[in-house]
Amino acid sequence: MTKFTAFESKLAPLAIDNIDTDQIIPARFLKTISKQGLGDQLFYDWRYDAEGKPKPDFVLNTPEAKAAKILLAGDNFGCGSSREHAPWSLTQYGFRAVISTSFADIFKQNSLKNSLLPIVVPRDVHAELFANPAAPVKVDLATKTLTLASGRVVEFPVDSFARHCLLEGIDELGYILQQAPAIAAFEASHPAAVNTLA
Amino acid sequence: MRARTIIEKIWDQHIVAEQPGAPPLLYIDLHLVHEVTSPQAFAGLRQRGLKVRRPDRTIATADHSTPTTPRSLPILDKVAAAQVAQLEANCREFGIQCFGLNSDQQGIVHVIGPELGLTQPGMTVVCGDSHTATHGALGALAFGIGTSEVEHVLASQCLLQNKSKTYQVFVNGTLNTGVTAKDIILALIARIGIGGGTGCVFEYCGPAIRALSMEERMTVCNMSIEAGARAGLIAPDDTTYQYVCGRHYAPKGAAWDAAVARWRTLPTDDGAVYNKSLTIDAAALEPMITFGTNPGMGIPITAPIPDPASMSDPLERDTLAKALRYMDLAPGKPLLGHKVNVVFIGSCTNSRISDLRSAAALLKGRKVHPDVRVMVVPGSHQVKEQAQAEGLDQIFRDAGAEWREAGCSMCIAMNGDQLQPGEYSVSTSNRNFEGRQGKGGRTFLASPLTAAAAAITGTVSDVRELVQ
Repeated sequence: MTKFTAFESKLAPLAIDNIDTDQIIPARFLKTISKQGLGDQLFYDWRYDAEGKPKPDFVLNTPEAKAAKILLAGDNFGCGSSREHAPWSLTQYGFRAVISTSFADIFKQNSLKNSLLPIVVPRDVHAELFANPAAPVKVDLATKTLTLASGRVVEFPVDSFARHCLLEGIDELGYILQQAPAIAAFEASHPAAVNTLA
Repeated sequence: MRARTIIEKIWDQHIVAEQPGAPPLLYIDLHLVHEVTSPQAFAGLRQRGLKVRRPDRTIATADHSTPTTPRSLPILDKVAAAQVAQLEANCREFGIQCFGLNSDQQGIVHVIGPELGLTQPGMTVVCGDSHTATHGALGALAFGIGTSEVEHVLASQCLLQNKSKTYQVFVNGTLNTGVTAKDIILALIARIGIGGGTGCVFEYCGPAIRALSMEERMTVCNMSIEAGARAGLIAPDDTTYQYVCGRHYAPKGAAWDAAVARWRTLPTDDGAVYNKSLTIDAAALEPMITFGTNPGMGIPITAPIPDPASMSDPLERDTLAKALRYMDLAPGKPLLGHKVNVVFIGSCTNSRISDLRSAAALLKGRKVHPDVRVMVVPGSHQVKEQAQAEGLDQIFRDAGAEWREAGCSMCIAMNGDQLQPGEYSVSTSNRNFEGRQGKGGRTFLASPLTAAAAAITGTVSDVRELVQ
């Protein structure tokens, strides 16, 4: 994993609550066995018409949102299915962070494992960002802060272990595998109730 | 010792290690794998040169991309066929038991786990699928994970997990005729919203939950994620033990007695404290139906569709207005009498034998409305065989419904079973998101009884008028 560094970007605003992972990437694209090539499928049914042409009124197709690295969304972003294809498609499109007032649990976990930062902000900050999405916002994970165009600095919550892994480019599985002796000891004292190979 | 909830007991029993600065490492007893969320995880193992740590605690089946047409036919969708073939190849390479399309044990992963006795009380169960909470019906802590975590569990049988909050959902009273387990869970989600359980694990309890059969309990737990909860479970009792006893992977003989004795220590201690609690009166519930584009947009079947104009929060108002535009519905009127094109009876929520029995009981001697396509998709091959042994398939066929092979089918519409743009369905599945059942399709979620009623009348109907 690459290290997560501070960056500055304008926002792509999507003022809808409860955006589910079926909207982020529709299920018909999940038949792939690869992680790649999902950026074009991001928000596919909102982004393209029946002929596959970009819908001019959808935010990602507007010149204002072009090259935005931050998606600004309504409450409870990423609800629904556990598909990790959702953060894969967001990062492959070019997003590095999503800002909302809350995130669904599985989406949040999946994002943190893919260098996509879910940033929770209070309602007033959320409203301030929606009022001026073209203004650049600075994201600094090291200090856990957002710096708004107004100069207002907002601290955001992030799990300390996930933050450490993102900043240092550490892969969680490597850390888990270092616990192999503890896992073996646990298994020795907890015999399996089921043998799926039987 | 401090009084604990069942959620905390299972959690405490599965902590492998707790290092400062990192979340606890949780041991996973059972890992269920399917074709859609696993290929990239197996690729990751291969890339790192890792093995599957416990193939004996892992089981795989193909359910999402699989056709529900006769098994003698090939998978016509080449991409789907390649995905199913990849699952089988991965399982061969890593030594995992796979119930492929031609297996007698094949079925929706959340149907076959309990059915085969794989899921047992007190276990931790994960799957790369958000409806894994279904297994909570047996008193297991079961939750959905992403593909990175699938790889973690394959490699280590463990997950780094922060503890969730506990949320007691107490369901009092007795359900009235025509009101089912599905209506309990739809009513809960309508009440607290689809983010209402975020960060929490539900424990469903109370007399109305105790009175449910195991399969009904699975319906309730299944949709915990639709309220945003990490998991949902029900403490085991004699109903649970009777269900598990004798199943293929269930303990036998002395091991069974020891297991039951252990399981009896699981229920929440008197005086245990939950982070949150809520009470639902089962007797006050009506059959529920959703009108919008998330499972929280649900109403009692006789109630009017909410009006965005009545909402104070502008984002909430816009979200509801957008949903009604997509559904092409007007606020203020009930859904009753609304035309329906398709009825789907199936999915990990409602495709078990008791679901098929209740739909068949209503359809027996009646005909499907000529304008409606009705698909009945059993949850597993075993459910299908059982239904056929009872003659349910004949009831469905005689009524004019399609009787299909097992799988997720039109719940997620990855396999060719799908709505056409603009069509309305009454579905026994779990999600009514935009395009969930096919691009442009519109879904009303409801119970198998309400779905069967719509099949007969061709409109959204109050099943109580047909059963009385």
